[in-house]
This record gives sequence, C-alpha cells and structure tokens, in this order.
Amino acid sequence: MWWPLNGTDNGTLRMSITAILFLAVLALCVLGYSLARNRALAGAGGDRRLLHSLPTYYGTNAAMFTAVPALGVMVIWLLAQPMMIETRVQGMIPASFIDEGSSIGLVMNDVRRVADGLDLAVKSGGLSADDARKLSANSDVRGMLADRGVALGSDVKPEVLAAAQTYRSAAATGRMWMVVVVMGLALIGFAIAVSLSKPDFRARNVVERGILALLMVAASLAILTTLGIVLSMLFESINFFRVHPASDFFFGGSWAPNFRGDSDLSILPLLWGTLYISLIALTVAVPIGLFAAIYLSEYAGPKLRAVAKPLLEILAGIPTIVYGLFALLTVGPALVRVFGRGDEGLLGVEWMSGATAVLTAGLVMGIMLIPFVSSLSDDIINAVPQAMRDGSLGLGATPSETIRQVVLPAALPGIVGAILLAASRAIGETMIVVLGAGAIAKFSANPLEAMTTITTRIVSQLTGDTDFSSPETLVAFALGLTLFVLTLGLNVFALIIVRKYREQYD
Amino acid sequence: MNTMRLTESAVDTDIKITAKDVQVYYGDNHAIKDVSVEIQDKTVTAFIGPSGCGKSTFLRCINRMNDTIDVCRVQGDIKIDGEDIYDKRVDPVQLRAKVGMVFQKPNPFPKSIYDNVAYGPRIHGLAKNKADLDDIVERALRRGAIWNEVKDRLDAPGTGLSGGQQQRLCIARAVATEPEVLLMDEPCSALDPIATAQVEELIDELRKSYSVVIVTHSMQQAARVSQRTAFFHLGNLVEYGETGQIFTNPVDPRTENYITGRIG
Ligand SMILES: Nc1ncnc2c1ncn2[C@@H]1O[C@H](COP(=O)(O)OP(=O)(O)OP(=O)(O)O)[C@@H](O)[C@H]1O
Ligand SMILES: [Mg+2]
Repeated sequence: MWWPLNGTDNGTLRMSITAILFLAVLALCVLGYSLARNRALAGAGGDRRLLHSLPTYYGTNAAMFTAVPALGVMVIWLLAQPMMIETRVQGMIPASFIDEGSSIGLVMNDVRRVADGLDLAVKSGGLSADDARKLSANSDVRGMLADRGVALGSDVKPEVLAAAQTYRSAAATGRMWMVVVVMGLALIGFAIAVSLSKPDFRARNVVERGILALLMVAASLAILTTLGIVLSMLFESINFFRVHPASDFFFGGSWAPNFRGDSDLSILPLLWGTLYISLIALTVAVPIGLFAAIYLSEYAGPKLRAVAKPLLEILAGIPTIVYGLFALLTVGPALVRVFGRGDEGLLGVEWMSGATAVLTAGLVMGIMLIPFVSSLSDDIINAVPQAMRDGSLGLGATPSETIRQVVLPAALPGIVGAILLAASRAIGETMIVVLGAGAIAKFSANPLEAMTTITTRIVSQLTGDTDFSSPETLVAFALGLTLFVLTLGLNVFALIIVRKYREQYD
Repeated sequence: MNTMRLTESAVDTDIKITAKDVQVYYGDNHAIKDVSVEIQDKTVTAFIGPSGCGKSTFLRCINRMNDTIDVCRVQGDIKIDGEDIYDKRVDPVQLRAKVGMVFQKPNPFPKSIYDNVAYGPRIHGLAKNKADLDDIVERALRRGAIWNEVKDRLDAPGTGLSGGQQQRLCIARAVATEPEVLLMDEPCSALDPIATAQVEELIDELRKSYSVVIVTHSMQQAARVSQRTAFFHLGNLVEYGETGQIFTNPVDPRTENYITGRIG
C-alpha cells in the first residue's frame, strides 16, 4: 500500500522522503519565526512598545504562513496520490486478464507486490534503477524477487509487470512533484510573512484568525469522520440491497443465512432480541442506578461519598469482555441452577437448558450499566440548586418528600436523558451478548431462551471466510447502519432532553 | 403602610422564642458569638446589621435549617414555647412546619404556581378536599400580594415569574402552611416599592397571629414594620430593644454609627 507509515521497506523509503520534506518545512518554520520576529523588532527600532503586537506574534504568524499551507497540501497529496495511481493502473489491466474466480483486487495485489519488490531490489543494491525499469517479463522476475524476500503466488505475467512498472514510475513522478509543490508553498508563505512583518502589521489578529481556523478544522474533522463512517456504511448497504430484497430485510420474519444463496436475512428477529435484552438490562440498571445516585447525592456523608463514587466508577471502567466472561461463567450457570436441571435444580423445573439466554445477557448488561446510570444521574441531581431543597425542607417536608416532589421532578428531564443514553449503550453493546445471549435468531417472549442480537450477528457475519460480494456478508453493513441510526436517534433525543433541562437553571 | 409606628408598643409580651448563649461555627469560622435574645409572640422583630454579620445564620438556627449544612455546628439552646428545639426528641421536620421561612433569594419549585403554594398544605394534610385546597391557595396568594397577577395562570410554572413575583410567591407558599413563627430573610430586596408596601402590610397583618422575624438592610423598613430590633455586628448581638428606642436613642456607639450610615 501507499500509506506513508506502512511497514514495508518500500514504505519506509517513501516515508523518509516525506519525513525529510516535513523536517525541511519545519526548519523553514523556525527560521521564519526568528526572522519575522527580529525584522518586526528592527522595524520598530528595538522598542517593542511601537509594535502593534507582541514580537512573538510576528514570529508565530510567519511560522503559520510557512507551515500550514505546505503541510496541508502535503497531507492531501499523500492521501490522494495512491488513489489516483491505483485507478490509472487498474485501467491498464484488460478485463479479459482477470481469471474466473479472481478479481481486479487480487490482480492489483500482485501488481503492488511486484512494484514493492522491485523498489526493494533497487534499494538493496541487487538491481540498478535502470535495469529495474527495463526488466522484461521473460526474465525470472519471480525468482529474483524471491531472493529479496518477496514471495509471489505465481509467475509474473507481462501485463502485471507492465502495470507494476507504470505504478513505480507514476509514484516516483508524484513524489517529485509533491516535493516541488510543498517546498514552493512553504517558501512563498515564508517570503510573504517575513516581508509583512513591519511594526504596524496586525500580527496578533492574524494569529487569532489562524487559531480560529485550527479550532474549526478540528471541529469539522470530528463531524466529517462521522459522516465518512456513515457514508461508507451507506455504500455497502446499498450494495447489499442490490443483491437482496429490502422488503425481506426490513419486514421478513426470519434470519437464516446459508451458502446456497437463498438466505432469509431479516433484521426483525435480531431487533427483537436486541430490544428484549436491552429492556431487561434497563429494568436492572435504572432503578438500582437511580437509587444509588439518590443515596450518594442526598444522604451519604462526604466521607462515604468520597469512597463510594470512585468505586462505582471503577465498575464503569471494566472492559465489557470481562462482563461477558462473568455472564458466561457465573451468571449463566447460576441461572441454570435455579431455572434448569429438572429435579436437581433449585426450583425443580426444566425451563432453561443452556447458560446463554436473554436473561443472562440482560442481567449482566444491567450490571454494566448501573454505574453509567448512577454517575450521570448523580451529576444531574447535584445540579439541582440547593435553594430548591432548602425551600422544601423549610416548609416542613422530610428529605424523602423533598427528593420525590422537588428534586426528582426538577432533575427528571436530565435523568430521562441519562436513561436514553444508557439504552443506546445497551443496544450497541457487543461482547456481553456475544458471550451471554446465544446465537439463535427467533421471536420469543421467554427470557430463559437463547436469542441473538444485531451486534452479535454483525460479528458472526464478518468473521471467518468472508466474500464481500455475497449478501450474507454485506448484510452486516445494513445491520450496522440500522444500529447506528437507532442509537444515533436515541442519543440525539437524549441530548435534546438534557439540554432542555440545562436551560432551566443556567 | 407608611405610617411610622415607632410609638406603638407590642400588644402582647409573651415570649415565643428564647435563645441563650448561641454559638455557630462554619468549620473554624465562628459566625455567631454568644447571642442571647428573647423574641416575643405576636410581634415583628427586625434583625439589622452589616453584610456578613450573621443575621441569616442566626435566623436559620431558629428553624434548624443549618442542619442541612455539613460544616455548620450550633451550640447553646434555643427554646420555642419553652421547648428546646435542639433536643434529640424534637423532629426538625415538624419544627419547620411550625417555623416557616422565606429565603433571601426567591426559590420557587419548578412546578405550577398552584402546586408551589399547595406544596406545604398537601404535605401536612391541611386540606380536606380539592375545594378546601383551592381556598387555601387563593388565601395564601392574596396574603402574598400576588393573587391579582397570577389568578388567571395558576397552571403556569412558578419559575416563569419575575424575580419580585417569585419572592411574593415564596411568601405565599410559606404562609399557606399556617406557621406559628415566620422567618423572613430580606423578603423585599427584590421588590418594587408597591410590592414592598404590600408585603409590609402582610407582615403587619401576620403579626396579629404569629411571631415574625425579618432580616432587612433597610432602616426605614425596620422602623416601619417592626416593634423590636436587634442589631448584629461581626457575629455579636450588639443591641436589642424597642425599635423606637434603637433608632432614636441607641445605647451602643456601633449601633448609632450603623444607623446613621457610618459603618456598614
Ligand atoms: N454555608 C456557609 N458555609 C460557610 N460559611 C458560611 C456559610 N453561610 C454563611 N457563612 C459565613 O457566616 C458568616 C455570616 O453569614 P450570614 O449569611 O449569616 O451573613 P448575613 O448577615 O446574612 O449577611 P447578608 O446581609 O449579606 O445576607 C459569614 O462570614 C459567612 O462567610
Ligand atoms: Mg443574609
């Protein structure tokens, strides 16, 4: 791959050019800083009071002008160049060349390996750059590359070699142009900023705007990555709906993937399992978490609170896979002992056969969510002004009347928000259900039966032998997107409610 | 209520509240030092003094609101009707039903105006039925001098009122539970002159049945509404006596300086 931080030697080579370029720009930056600073000071005759801005601002301004456009272009170049070369080289490979059962992706893999191998050979000195360029397919390219530690699956065909050569030359040209453009930009920025550094130049305001831009870039990156994730999921989902009817996905009744190509892939049984387990989890987590929060914020003394709060929050830091093990090894067998095993069981009934069940996963997920609910609710309850409690206590209400009738109603929107956030975590939770819920997709109201969820199915559809064109694999993206929309909707709803609540007091 | 009643002496001189050698500490901060005072029934008593001298703190001792502050310690004894309110057997909740309080900052609950006023009566079961409760609410709102402004929107949230309206709502809320003693911490600091006059009228009316203690920064207000005045300074009770005497003929030079505006 053409990624600058790739581990292959070829990548290291390219990274070193990139790194040298980067260091050069930085050096120019430092130079610009001191030059602009001193020039501004000299312009004011050494009296910094005559400057519009502090001297460091002139320096920062020059560094900014030098580095930001140059490095920005460099980053974009590094991202865009491989994609453009890929498309060009791909176009060179005739469709007839692709064997039955192979794909353009596999051929491109070969091309890249050959190109990388040649680069490696040149670098290690086994091959002159000229020879590498003139290499013909008749010579034993495969054997030669094998000596350099690059193993190829089959003999190199002339088309592949030609493509690899184009690949190499395009990469070399691109690299050269990148160096020229980036250094050019850096020098232009450097020159402009240094020449601008006169005492009446408003360097401070320019730097301020630069910082503003930096912050905006950071903010939009966060949003853009989310958008990128959604779009990539969306494209794969569209691919899925091309090969599988959407009506079956959304309204079908069963989930039964197979390899004959007539799978039933409906989300409904999975959604049912997901919602059922989440509901049990919330039934456990909400009352316990809320009561814990009320106790901690309203009744517990400062010493107890100082100990108990961090302890509860440690629970929130346990990796969910550990909860999953807990479900599989402790809670599940315990439930079987109560509800299963016939006459040997505690209740003497035979309702539960295996440790994996909706109840197992739900209970453990509830335990996982307790600290989440309690620490959010605790913050919200603490945000209710003390004056509100004083007012109620001053009228002769007991502490619990005060909590029920004043504190909780005042905190209710926030608490509802906390519960919705917990719900969206429950819906998206994976490890606990993978280990605790089982793998059977069905509609059943019996919590002692194994069921499965959207997240576990995504995991199982994408592990093992995967072929990214079959509906059985692509369905994972449609499932993921649905899950995303579901939790996003819950989160947005929760945030709206929480925000509305904030407005009441601030 | 602009008539000066300096000459009018207390109608009834029964002692309602007796405080003896009261000390209050916030952690290491000694906020009230050796305060002893006797507050009469059916009288308006004004607490005056510079900011931070402990007026609110002492007021909060009388209904044990200081219990809610972790760092606060109260020593000495305070008796209401001869009963020590800091005794272990006394339930602070019942005490506070008997000794109502209006706080320095208006603190309506985030409920409707109606529910704000009905809060106390509901908790203490004062109303026999809905009509009875309606009556109690209306009477309280009238006494709080806010009925005319809110009678058409009793279902609107109490937090949506203006600051002065909120304060009068809190006064209505406090009188709705029919306390025997009403503690008012600067009830008029957010009110316009008209509402202030109405609240002062209310205080004067409450005096017929209750004992009222009011903290105020307005000398004129203390002079207008109270029969007795206590002057606090740096946690000490400097002087306590007939309002007329405190304002016309103070014994302690600190009182005189404060009243004439030389310290504060
Ligand atoms: N909750 C508290 N925690 C710690 N110290 C407090 C607290 N409340 C009051 N104090 C301290 O007690 C002293 C008296 O405060 P208090 O509120 O009684 O004054 P005040 O006379 O009511 O003043 P103001 O006229 O400004 O309302 C002050 O020094 C204050 O810092
Ligand atoms: Mg005060």
